[in-house]
Amino acid sequence: MGILSSSIARKFAMALSGMFLVFFLGQHFVINLTSVIDPDTFNSWSHFMGNNGLVQFALQPVLIFGVVFHFVMGFVLELRNRNARVVSYAKYNGGANASWASRNMIISGLVILAFLGLHFYDFWFPEMIHKYVESNPLDPTRYYAETVHKFESPVRVGLYVIAFVLLAVHLWHGFASSFQSVGFNNKYSVALSKFAKAYAIVIPVGFIFIALYLHLNQLPH
Amino acid sequence: MKLNLKIWRQANADAKGSMQTYPIDGIDGDMSFLEMLDVLNEDLINKGDEPVVFDHDCREGICGSCSLQINGEPHGPDRLVTTCQLHMRMFNDGDEIVIEPFRAKAFPVIKDLMVDRSSFDRIQQAGGYVSVNTSGNTIDANATPIEKEHADEAFEAATCIGCGACVAACKNASAMLFTSAKVSQYALLPQGQVEASTRVLNMVAQMDKEGFGNCTNTGACEVECPKGISLENIARMNREYLAASAKG
Repeated sequence: MGILSSSIARKFAMALSGMFLVFFLGQHFVINLTSVIDPDTFNSWSHFMGNNGLVQFALQPVLIFGVVFHFVMGFVLELRNRNARVVSYAKYNGGANASWASRNMIISGLVILAFLGLHFYDFWFPEMIHKYVESNPLDPTRYYAETVHKFESPVRVGLYVIAFVLLAVHLWHGFASSFQSVGFNNKYSVALSKFAKAYAIVIPVGFIFIALYLHLNQLPH
Repeated sequence: MKLNLKIWRQANADAKGSMQTYPIDGIDGDMSFLEMLDVLNEDLINKGDEPVVFDHDCREGICGSCSLQINGEPHGPDRLVTTCQLHMRMFNDGDEIVIEPFRAKAFPVIKDLMVDRSSFDRIQQAGGYVSVNTSGNTIDANATPIEKEHADEAFEAATCIGCGACVAACKNASAMLFTSAKVSQYALLPQGQVEASTRVLNMVAQMDKEGFGNCTNTGACEVECPKGISLENIARMNREYLAASAKG
């Protein structure tokens, strides 16, 4: 794998791609939050993100690469790690020395990957078809109504909530541990770890709040 | 104390092993875990059976010879102790105790509970040393001033006894804690600076070559390490490795 031939290089790359996705998640959350606060702002920011050339043709490909790289590398590491212990223990008390979140990143990661499939089916593919296949005229006011419509179904909202809970579990270990992977472990590590763990809760809970709000807000009063 | 032991038995490196059950009686709480196995072996020998093979040497917690995965944890349920310092008072009358060898592709079983940990020796040989000119003009190490903080951290890293509990505990069978301790004990001292770059590159390359897994920062190694080697060493090794790789 060339530059990724060493275990530390792979770990470093995994951490950097994870940090990048964490940053993206934060900005996604801020934009989504405007759907609760002010639909006009949500429409305007969504229109900008969906039609700005830099965002669409420079940042979006980087983001897609980051997502694909992170989960492909995750699978590669999982396979290599399984191969490092050919005979399993008859009794392995993993809970005695490490958190469930840290030991099961592949499970939370797979749920997030499945959620991404649903999320792309819900938003990304329709958006790409709307803009680049059907070449519909620009409509800066359509985003809020389209988003709210997606949260009509309680089943879909339920799936989103489950995915966000697993996202919190994934971030709980992943975000804090990414600093260790890039070699950052000093007197600021405790504070940084607290920030990362707070982020791991606040952002997914925020997404859950938005999904529930958009769903409940359109129920007949 | 009466116990029910479930022990991994394997005739040799190529044989297929299996768990065997051995009831044992008359175990005192003040015995060490290895003394309990000695009692079992005496009993097996008296019956004309093959005794259980396990590693041991100093029985003082400093040589790193003893190993054993006990009830799913390397060196058993106690903390900051090796198996030879684990006392039977940690268990209760009637307990079932599952005893297995440290499991990793890089630690192949030799017989029963004894594993080949020479992969650690090869990692050490790849760079875990300071080349010293012994022609007679070697500078006394005590003549070189070293910051107290760095001296303490180097000393703590150097307390690693290379037992392999970090590998055994890690769900990925990663040897990062061991390798990072050996890298750190030199990286923190002025004497180790000359070979710092080649040392970390060579030791990590050897670690990967041996077939250990990748570290995913679960922290299990630090918890199970009988010497309390800190995860800070892994972060330091990552820094050293990335800096050395950037230098080329």
